[in-house]
Amino acid sequence: MSGTFVKIKKSDLSFFERLYLPAFAIGLKITIRHFFVNLLFHTMRQLRLLPRRFRVGVTYQYPEDPRPLSTRVRTRHRLMKREDGSPRCVACMLCETVCPAKCIYIIAGEHPDPNIEKYPVKFDLDLGVCVYCGYCVEVCPEDAIRMDTGKLDIAAYSRKEMILDVHELLNPGSRKIKEPV
Amino acid sequence: MIVDIFIKACLAIAILLGVLNFAGLLTWVERKQSALMQDRIGANRANIGPLRLLGLFHPLADVIKLLTKEDFIPPTGNKILHTLAPFLSVFFAIVAFAAVPFGNQLNIFGRSVNLQVASLDVGVLYIFAMMSLGVYGVFLAGFSSNNNYSVLGGLRAASQMISYEIAMGVSLLGIIMIYGSLNLQDIARAQGNLLFGWLPAWGIVLQPVAFFIFTAAALAETKRVPFDLPEGESEIIGYFTEYSGMKFGMFFLTDFIETVLVGCLVTFFFFGGWQVPYLYAEGFRFPWGGVIPLPHLIVSLLQICGFTLKIIFFNWLFMAVRWTLPRFRYDQLMKLGWTILFPISLANIFITGGILLLL
Repeated sequence: MSGTFVKIKKSDLSFFERLYLPAFAIGLKITIRHFFVNLLFHTMRQLRLLPRRFRVGVTYQYPEDPRPLSTRVRTRHRLMKREDGSPRCVACMLCETVCPAKCIYIIAGEHPDPNIEKYPVKFDLDLGVCVYCGYCVEVCPEDAIRMDTGKLDIAAYSRKEMILDVHELLNPGSRKIKEPV
Repeated sequence: MIVDIFIKACLAIAILLGVLNFAGLLTWVERKQSALMQDRIGANRANIGPLRLLGLFHPLADVIKLLTKEDFIPPTGNKILHTLAPFLSVFFAIVAFAAVPFGNQLNIFGRSVNLQVASLDVGVLYIFAMMSLGVYGVFLAGFSSNNNYSVLGGLRAASQMISYEIAMGVSLLGIIMIYGSLNLQDIARAQGNLLFGWLPAWGIVLQPVAFFIFTAAALAETKRVPFDLPEGESEIIGYFTEYSGMKFGMFFLTDFIETVLVGCLVTFFFFGGWQVPYLYAEGFRFPWGGVIPLPHLIVSLLQICGFTLKIIFFNWLFMAVRWTLPRFRYDQLMKLGWTILFPISLANIFITGGILLLL
């Protein structure tokens, strides 16, 4: 191992730096420049002189102005529909089997169409347990479950409310957080 | 007699309301200014109906929140001292303003009113005494909480404030020697003279070294970054750990009141107090020959506005400093106070004295 270490020699502060006041003035110059530049932009924003898309500061005003998501980000699940509105899922149990968190509960029923064979009578997904690994999406042979709703603000007042049933999965956005009674 | 008392009461109320409003607004300024300096937007959510006013309601919302919070007194602590400490802290900070004049003599309704609550001949000493007594509030807060961290924070605060008071007081001796008075009103009046016929004889011109020392020491007195070791909310735990609700708010308010006070003092000792350059009792008289005569009331108003603007500028500057610098380490703090600021201010006295002797 000898010879692989590089010894970094810390140089002592120069006299100019040890005076503290010049270095302090340099720092103050930077922050004050930021202050006035931003003040100018904010004033122009208040006077409606800036285009709407121009972002002043780095802040996202969250509930009104959510941060843009990457297209590959995994967000809340949804079940895809056939053309007649029934779930595309054939209740093959692959997602329930592959799920490392065991958050999917499926009860299969017999579908009237013999080419489809099965459909989910019950498809519950417990968001309080889900780890958002995306394995269910990967494993699905029918492309029936996706994680692309863009919903990240998942919250509820009880564990029971965190469980999504098949209707909520088919119609993302139908869910509202209920106030506790 | 009664009229005199009434006038003094009016002045006291004016300065009290002015200072408290300033301090309250500073909480808003602190949020917004730090946001602007760090490319953020800052608090803007508190609203009354659709009215947001750039977040100006946040101080109000804060006060409501602090007043309605649980006021917890540690069961093993000293109840009386624990309650007394924040009151002492705020009291001494506000009372120091009594000696601060905010304008020259105002002639109104046939009376000459000195725009100063208490025209003390020892005004400077009085203000320093009140600032020193502020240590009691801080230290009692740490002591009465019966919490080791609070006591340590209180000890840090006490030692820091006492150390920096020395540098602060000694650095001002040069100013007092030059203007020959301890009354702030006299010091402000003396700064209305001109040097070389054009330069206002402000303290910054005559005592530039004292300005830096005094500002640094006074910032340390306000217990704000970079000298916020007594508080150190996030890491080293300060003297008000055991405080909640409005009592905590009062310590917070003390910091802002002291910031305003330090702004006032820097203005008075180094930037002419209520003096506006080239403005005299009868109006503007410029050194290059222009004369603008003004009525007495306008002159007084201009002087008060000038004073307020100077305080606003210094509070802005202190806020900028607070959001620029990191905190000192404790040994660096003590070293700066005792081995740098104190000797320089002592040398400043001797040099000033020598020059005064020669002139």
